[in-house]
Amino acid sequence: MSERSEGTTAPTVPIERQRRQAQRRYVASRITVYVVAIVASLLAAFPFIVEGIITFKRDQDLYAPGSNPFRYNLDPTTEHLDFLFTSTGFLTFVLNTLLVGACVVAITLLLALPAAYSLARLPLRWGGALGITIFLVYLIPPSLLFVSFSRLIANMGLQNSRWALVVLYPTITVPVAVWLLLGFFKSIPRDVEEQAMVDGYSRFAAFVRVAVPLAFPGIVAVIVFSFTLSAHEFLYASAFLSSSSQKTVSVGIPTELVLGDVFHWQELQAAALLVALPIALLFNLLLERFVSGFTMGAVKG
Amino acid sequence: MARLADREGVLARLMLLPAIVYILALVAVPFVVAIAYSFSDVTAGDPSYDWVGLENYRSNWEDPVFGRALWNTFLFTGVTMLLTVVLANILATLLTADFHGKWVVRFLVLLPWTTPAALGAIAWLFMLDSLLSPIDWILWQVGLLEDGRHMVWLGKSGLAKASVIGVQVWRLVPLAAVIIMAGQTAIPDDIKDAAAVDGAGFWRRLWEVTIPLTLPVIAVAVLFGAIITFTDMSLVRVLTNGGPVNQTHVLASWAYVKGIDGGNLAQGAAVAVFLLPLLLAATIAILRAVRRWEVT
Amino acid sequence: MAVTVEAVGLTKVYGGGRTPAVDHVDLATEEGEYLVLLGPSGCGKTTLLRMIAGLEQPTEGEVRIGGEVVNGLPPRARRIAMVFQSYALYPHKTVRQNIEFPLKAEKQPTAKRRERAEWAAELLGLSALLDRRPRQLSGGERQRVALARALVREPSVFLLDEPLSNLDAKLRATARDDLKDFHERVGTTTIYVTHDQVEAMGMGDRIVVMLDGQVRQVGPPQAVYEGPADTFVATFLGSPPMNLVPREGTIVGFRPEKALPAEVLGAALDGHRRWTLDVQRIEYLSGDRHLHGVATGLGEQAPVIVRLPATVLTPIETGTKHEFVVRDDDLCWFDPETEKAIDGPAG
Repeated sequence: MSERSEGTTAPTVPIERQRRQAQRRYVASRITVYVVAIVASLLAAFPFIVEGIITFKRDQDLYAPGSNPFRYNLDPTTEHLDFLFTSTGFLTFVLNTLLVGACVVAITLLLALPAAYSLARLPLRWGGALGITIFLVYLIPPSLLFVSFSRLIANMGLQNSRWALVVLYPTITVPVAVWLLLGFFKSIPRDVEEQAMVDGYSRFAAFVRVAVPLAFPGIVAVIVFSFTLSAHEFLYASAFLSSSSQKTVSVGIPTELVLGDVFHWQELQAAALLVALPIALLFNLLLERFVSGFTMGAVKG
Repeated sequence: MARLADREGVLARLMLLPAIVYILALVAVPFVVAIAYSFSDVTAGDPSYDWVGLENYRSNWEDPVFGRALWNTFLFTGVTMLLTVVLANILATLLTADFHGKWVVRFLVLLPWTTPAALGAIAWLFMLDSLLSPIDWILWQVGLLEDGRHMVWLGKSGLAKASVIGVQVWRLVPLAAVIIMAGQTAIPDDIKDAAAVDGAGFWRRLWEVTIPLTLPVIAVAVLFGAIITFTDMSLVRVLTNGGPVNQTHVLASWAYVKGIDGGNLAQGAAVAVFLLPLLLAATIAILRAVRRWEVT
Repeated sequence: MAVTVEAVGLTKVYGGGRTPAVDHVDLATEEGEYLVLLGPSGCGKTTLLRMIAGLEQPTEGEVRIGGEVVNGLPPRARRIAMVFQSYALYPHKTVRQNIEFPLKAEKQPTAKRRERAEWAAELLGLSALLDRRPRQLSGGERQRVALARALVREPSVFLLDEPLSNLDAKLRATARDDLKDFHERVGTTTIYVTHDQVEAMGMGDRIVVMLDGQVRQVGPPQAVYEGPADTFVATFLGSPPMNLVPREGTIVGFRPEKALPAEVLGAALDGHRRWTLDVQRIEYLSGDRHLHGVATGLGEQAPVIVRLPATVLTPIETGTKHEFVVRDDDLCWFDPETEKAIDGPAG
């Protein structure tokens, strides 16, 4: 005897109509996806597309009032690109950025990896509180700290030197790196390290040989994050660097390519584009790793 | 006597030490020093420390630019985050769908975030230029603007503020979308299938399943975004430098103008100090909310 | 209203076009039947279930529910309900909200939703738990919530994907009884996927044994057990599995419990085959004795297992040879190349 309540609940629509409805809905959703994708891409990339076009425009074309900015009304030219590479400090800026970036990544990993491991694995009474404190430190804004750093940098004799940035940037990267790596280390099961220790390695060796390789995605996330952060940073770079030879791209391009009231638009836009694209490429290639690193940190941290 | 590499208590402290020392020396101490500066008369030219009590705070209070900067900081952050959350959710939902050319779209859509803030501002400097703006040109072609008339996006107070907010949103949405997307993919497939079997359509699935389950992640994205916007000076600096007539300054950019351009570190500190209470309050509020929302 | 579910030439090939996950499967349920899809992991049973549900689209073939072809219809239009291995309860909703969710999706009025949800909850003994959240429930309780949620739409078909695998062994037995009881009361056609042959034998009206995307045999549990269609079915069912002994161009098989020590039968040996077991190891499991050893006299020498119930008291020692008998009727014959069952010894 089956038990059922009275009456069915679903409308009885003929199958054929349902099938067509389902088909229509599917098509509509596909179209929406593509429309949204195109709109989003345009909105995001529009300024960059313009940058790309402007780079090759002749002055007379660019400055002619009312001219179509999206078209080459006069022949395109590479003179501005040449100017950028030969007569401005652009290449120096790029080199400085790469140098500072690499050093900051190294320092960050050196400081953050052991710290995160210690917090994740080793017994420490106030370990939890320490973790939160490190994160809270991240909240102290550069827009306040620069005041003290001004004096500190001067005292260290690093004024107007890119090494000042190498010293300062880890204050921004280390807290987040520790947080990210902490989540990662916590999510790695202890078994493998304990196996290594049973097999004869010391705790520190287990850290180096087992935990660090296993935390590789997290490390990649930290590398990407630290490098892009030091390439992006503007406040300290503009506050503490005054000569061209020391500037990074982030501050060199806005300050050095504007002479007085004259904006060298083509050079400016070209420079900005040339910096944006490689970083974006790097980011996209490593995006999967970065996201997994981030979610690990968010979930476990 | 165990080797040093095995004595876990000692090892723990040693491994933690470099990071702790670094942070203490380069964050904690400068932090206290900066606050101390705000009660002094330290300038770049005269670095001797002389106590002046609340003098800097008083002069700030009487300075209309400070009041404007304070208000702008809240206004810009609030509006930016509101717009960002909505747009980022849409973008995240898009990026989790399957379609041809996804890689290209992802690359383009991430450009605003992967570009350094200052350089993104450069791109928009041209887009919003009072004479050369391509946006003005488009508006002329479409007829929404009188031919030849310029919007002067960065020169008029209201428009300039909207521009700053707009560029900030443009920058943040990719980051927020990526974070939210990570949260969305963490929803177990079984639950998505169950919702499909249960008969939930797209909107019901979004409202009743996806968003409630990603609320903690959305909160994290909002927290990060808010902190970034709240403390950012580079966008305002490059785009408007606080103009026109100091109408678009935020606390961070005004502190910079006072401290570095003007050399008056003490006054700069006094301005920047106002960033702190709110940062702390926002963080505590959101972290608490995240703990409450954690469902699994 | 119980309906039939049919798969006609159903095939699923995943991109890349290697071997199909489901290979031209033809299947039909009876109305109100409890059909079990059984097979090792990767045999295609879950993919088959998901195609019936509408969660995957078949590469070829049709799915028919109640006689109508449902290809192209989304799950919600197929009047099916599904219980997942993890139960897939919405963690942020209460039990009541979980159960009401399908009705909400159908835009039922609030009063009706309440009434139906409470009816389903009562049927499954959940009335006291309606305001709890899933994380506060035990595994068994979660399963019942999943069932209530499935029931509340009055589906024509229930699809269950290994719902017992997440429960510990003790709970599994009672949960199995609950499910069977539930089916008897409600009478809806049910398709149940599992890799556990004990579960399949205990629950199904009919069992569908699958391997590598293909159906190897369909039939009631006893028929499939006693008359396996091929060596795979023979060794997959039964614990310990059927013994297979190669013999003169065929394979002869017998179930471990079908062999008895010769002395038990005394002189009545007609219709029995006699053979010798060289006993190597004896295990005592739940009162039965499992004798592991090597058999001679049935065909080539081969390792076999004999299961003696506790009621057979014949003393047997390890390291000795002992005479055993099996009834000719209990022997199964297989072709060694096709691995399929054949009627009798080839020669």
